[in-house]
Amino acid sequence: MTEKSGADILVQALSDLGVEVVFGYPGGAVLPIYDALFQHSRIRHILVRHEQAATHAAEGYARSTGKPGVVLVTSGPGATNAVTGITDALLDSIPMVVITGQVPTALIGTDAFQEADTVGITRHCTKHNYLVKDPARLGDTIHEAFHIATSGRPGPVVVDIPKDVQVATARYVKPGPIQHKTYRPQVKPDIAAIEATVDMLAAAERPVFYTGGGIINAGPAASQLLCELVRITGAPVTSTLMGLGALPASSPQWLGMLGMHGTYEANHAMNQADLVIAIGARFDDRVTGRLDAFSPNSRKVHIDIDRSSVNKTVRIDLAVIADAGHALEAMVRLWKARQHPKPDLAEWWQRIEGWRAKQCLDFPEDGPNSYRGEIMPQRAIRALYEATKARAPIVSTEVGQHQMWAAQHFGFEAPNKWLTSGGLGTMGYGLPAAIGAQIGNPNALVIDIAGDASIQMNIQELATATQYRLPVKVFILNNEYMGMVRQWQELTYASRYSESYSDSLPDFVKLAEAYGWKGIRIDNPDDLEGGIAAMLDHDGPVIVDCHVAKLANCYPMIPSGAAHTEMMLWASEVSGEMDDEAKALV
Amino acid sequence: MHIREELAERHTLAVIVDNEPGILARIAGLFTARGYNIESLTVSEIAAEQSVSRITIVTSASAAIMEQIIAQLDRLVPVHKVSDLTTLGPHVERELALVKVVGAGDHRIEALRLAEVYRARVIDATTRSFVFEVTGGREKIDTFVTLMREVGLVEVARTGIVAIARGREGA
Repeated sequence: MTEKSGADILVQALSDLGVEVVFGYPGGAVLPIYDALFQHSRIRHILVRHEQAATHAAEGYARSTGKPGVVLVTSGPGATNAVTGITDALLDSIPMVVITGQVPTALIGTDAFQEADTVGITRHCTKHNYLVKDPARLGDTIHEAFHIATSGRPGPVVVDIPKDVQVATARYVKPGPIQHKTYRPQVKPDIAAIEATVDMLAAAERPVFYTGGGIINAGPAASQLLCELVRITGAPVTSTLMGLGALPASSPQWLGMLGMHGTYEANHAMNQADLVIAIGARFDDRVTGRLDAFSPNSRKVHIDIDRSSVNKTVRIDLAVIADAGHALEAMVRLWKARQHPKPDLAEWWQRIEGWRAKQCLDFPEDGPNSYRGEIMPQRAIRALYEATKARAPIVSTEVGQHQMWAAQHFGFEAPNKWLTSGGLGTMGYGLPAAIGAQIGNPNALVIDIAGDASIQMNIQELATATQYRLPVKVFILNNEYMGMVRQWQELTYASRYSESYSDSLPDFVKLAEAYGWKGIRIDNPDDLEGGIAAMLDHDGPVIVDCHVAKLANCYPMIPSGAAHTEMMLWASEVSGEMDDEAKALV
Repeated sequence: MHIREELAERHTLAVIVDNEPGILARIAGLFTARGYNIESLTVSEIAAEQSVSRITIVTSASAAIMEQIIAQLDRLVPVHKVSDLTTLGPHVERELALVKVVGAGDHRIEALRLAEVYRARVIDATTRSFVFEVTGGREKIDTFVTLMREVGLVEVARTGIVAIARGREGA
């Protein structure tokens, strides 16, 4: 058997693993790999304009296709630029494998040119990482890296490959199924725990399902099973930001998102429930609000693939360690086998209808401070939704007010359509994520809903979309502020807008044109529908610079450190100063 | 505003790991990254042919945090097993210390007499100094070191705690 170079082993292993796309940026320490890719026809390389964007593009690709995202970057700055996206993937449980070049083995530790301690830097922002010093171990390591990234709770894995290991030769044999010595995630649920869960569900008077990104990660079948379980049990469903789309937003049992910018009905249902069944969600501080007031009278079942998520912040009555899909399947099967009748939840639904009647997502049609003729940002999102819903678009976002408005006002009917940075909250995520999603879904309508500040954090990626002729749409809600920062300053710091004004904004239309995109500016409510239609009519990439009410706030809102029942709606808007305890909360 | 802290209880953990490069950094980093404390950490290979090491960690935390520490350790890819010896039942803890004293006359005699009481062995001697080797629980070693201060202590080296469950069951 002939030997191959490390670079050829890597490319062959990627090919054997079914990798179709790599997002990357070349540099000195990965030249052998780029040369191997040059001579390989099956793997498509997408050249980004900054390594951070490669990681977000890989995340968007992974989230929208269910396949792992693959990134290839050089040593030193290539690797450190990727760190934000790697951390983002860790917090949002996105399967991703990042190949980093490293200086030759003999130079490691000498502060060589473009040397960084990549495994040291990424140790705590990866699910696992490797430094490969022996080309004979490279093939197995790559296969193991994909196994770890994609199984159990998914996450990013970094493989750091010194340049001499890319050049040295060794044998490569495609390994069989991986039986890892220590890593054996529990996928199937304990049946006794499922039985107990079903018993509790059948007996509950005020149950609520609280679902999260774990259901999306478990694949589309898990979302189908959730719909079935929800249908046969009649219980209401709320979800985290990451879980949107698992249950269609049009379902009458859908309460909307919960948490800080969740709906009045979702948060009150959580507060008043006697049984909360959390599936693939992790009781994040954005969800729970004040912990001692979080769903105080409920028994709590937590279904999660990661045992460390259980009891991390909220005490759980029953834990089910399993993949969400397997657990849902077992619950549906058991419920049906026992021929449980649909519980009578009429009284519970009546209370929920009372909360729904608050119409908490309503907003004034005119901007605050009596500005006439302003577009309310919520209205812009709803118009975008109405104009595109028939095409089941994939929507990415940046981070801030526009992200929350998109989560609140855009209806998601299916999983894998919603790409957002939930855990890390990374501004600059949306455009590269949209690019990755468009690469993975060439025929889909992909829209990045952005803010004027966030979009500038990876604006260079406009060129990537141009190069690969990706018809990505960027819809900027331009309020000339880092809106969420400004909103917090208004509510917490008596409107002292310290450094949150977006001064010297570019002309986004000219910027679009400079990159070969189409640019559309919308200023006037009467032009909103027409502008969106023009965006959709153009078959190439488009930036829409939609100027919205500058001082509009995102409601409902639970202030930091408050309980689910202490929600602010737009009508109760107040500006003020908070005490130090509240200021210390994020 | 003041920052509150929760009541903590001391636990001894035995962590069996694959002896891969960086494993110690992974474990120590997990503790610092998540704000857990380490009172003592020892590591050594216990099965060279399988390249498996045993790490003994003494930490203090509230019950809820303890559960998290164990779950977070267990989640690391190279970790085989995590056992909380403190909750498993009775276990023995031992530490080894090397203690150097320098002195003459009565101090030397007193140092030897105390060493005998504490079953410390002399492993190096000159006309002006002794090195004692002493093993035992943490408190015994603490006491021995305190006593040696009065008779010319100049240097101490301690291994940190190793621990194992009593009885026939493995951890």
